[in-house]
Amino acid sequence: MCGIVGLLVKTPALRETLGALLVPMLTGMTERGPDSAGLAVYTTPVAESLHKLSLYRGAHAIDWSALLAALTAGVSGPHEIAINGNHVVLTSAANPDDIAAWLAAHEPRIAVLSIGHSIDLYKDVGAPAEIAERYRFTALRGSHLVGHTRMATESAVTPAHAHPFTAGRDFCLVHNGSLSNPHLVRKKLEPLGIRFETDNDTEAACRFFEWRLREGDDLETAVQRGFGELDGFFTFLMGTDRELLVVRDAFACKPAVVAESDDYVAIASEFRSLAHLPDIAQATLFEPKPEEIYSWRI
Amino acid sequence: MANLSPAPLARAATAARQFDLAHDSLRDLNSFLHRRAVAEGVTRVRVVNPDGAHSIACGLDAPIEVEVMGHVGYYVAGMNQHAAVIVRGNAGPGAAENMMSGRVHIRGFASTAAGASAHGGLLIIDGDASLRCGISLKGADIVVGGSVGSFSAFMAQAGRIVICGDAEDALGDSLYEAVIYVRGKVRSLGADARFEPMEDADLTQLAALLASAGFSHSPAEFRRVASARSLYHWHADADQEY
Repeated sequence: MCGIVGLLVKTPALRETLGALLVPMLTGMTERGPDSAGLAVYTTPVAESLHKLSLYRGAHAIDWSALLAALTAGVSGPHEIAINGNHVVLTSAANPDDIAAWLAAHEPRIAVLSIGHSIDLYKDVGAPAEIAERYRFTALRGSHLVGHTRMATESAVTPAHAHPFTAGRDFCLVHNGSLSNPHLVRKKLEPLGIRFETDNDTEAACRFFEWRLREGDDLETAVQRGFGELDGFFTFLMGTDRELLVVRDAFACKPAVVAESDDYVAIASEFRSLAHLPDIAQATLFEPKPEEIYSWRI
Repeated sequence: MANLSPAPLARAATAARQFDLAHDSLRDLNSFLHRRAVAEGVTRVRVVNPDGAHSIACGLDAPIEVEVMGHVGYYVAGMNQHAAVIVRGNAGPGAAENMMSGRVHIRGFASTAAGASAHGGLLIIDGDASLRCGISLKGADIVVGGSVGSFSAFMAQAGRIVICGDAEDALGDSLYEAVIYVRGKVRSLGADARFEPMEDADLTQLAALLASAGFSHSPAEFRRVASARSLYHWHADADQEY
């Protein structure tokens, strides 16, 4: 069991309160996912020449200024960091793949959680309310976000196994359910040079869809293709810098409910995560139908 | 959108009681309904701010009227006996699951497995019901004002399911002796389910069911789906292709 939550604000003024609207959604799914939580928030994008990398140091003590100096010597910047607990958002003019490679070689204790122009990613083990407090989720601003609370069923409880999963640029995915053929998907993708970081089933789905996006599919087409490739139970919620998408398996094994108003579209595993939203009584509520793709653009 | 505006509550002098789940705990509500309502002479209970909570009015065993003013989560009125529960909103998975008797009315839509395994009583859903509505039904009646999702009435053993709208795939798969009346389109029937002619007895029963659920459709607009009973016995030559 897990909980998923997603929120896309249509009214620009609500971007200032995105995190405050989200936190009760996330904590509302605590019973569905008490062991880990995380979210991807899509902020105002940085300039085309820059990238953002969300970095995670876990419990390791890292001297960020020393690291920044060493990084600048190894990969020319400029680089800037914004520290939020044991997460850091690094903004840089360098090729982000070069930064990731430098980190892997010189400071492998740091995990790169996401790369893009718009995405910031936070995830960790612990109760959703603790994690929301730890990283001050209420202060987050942006156009949309994708969140998850985890109750692990098929792989370890670690920060790396928490959701959202990311691949490529500005793409993330969260999952309620379990896949029965993640190893087959992985065996198909690895010969194409696609590398996996965990043994988690959701990572296989995330890397499959991102591979299709790089091959030229739009997200809807990639998901359509996924129906034939991914076997198992799922409600997937995905984000790109422009889009939020939800889809359920053919048997609608895992729940999802959508609330849409003139101001926002909110998605959650259950209504109890939507009940606090402004003017929820006037919002249109519906459950996504099995194998039907629902997406919203900013 | 279901009508969520409050209806007038107590007409008579019978004791009524309100629980506000924004402040009162679900456990207090259900414990009151189970242990104290009858002793205190309370026959009407209103629940406000349900906000999607699970297991509201579960396991009731007395002729109490419960009115829930909003949307509920999993298993509302599960295992109900004797009570009348109305939800002025939508219901999560497993509404009235394993109901034994009484009446449960969902004014909005119901999620998956509404009325699953229910033995008796009447479940009314004004809106749509999601997949697996009435799965393994064991004797209750279900009336759905809207449409039902795939695999509804799967392995239903006894009881009746009335669908005023359409049905998705595999309606009545592996049916036993439950009977389905469907008014709209059926995307596909499940294994061993078949359309059968409406007899006079069907029309009479259906008219009574529709009336008790508050729908005004003519019984003549419905088709009957029941089991062909070809799966009742093992066929060694069937190649297991059902």
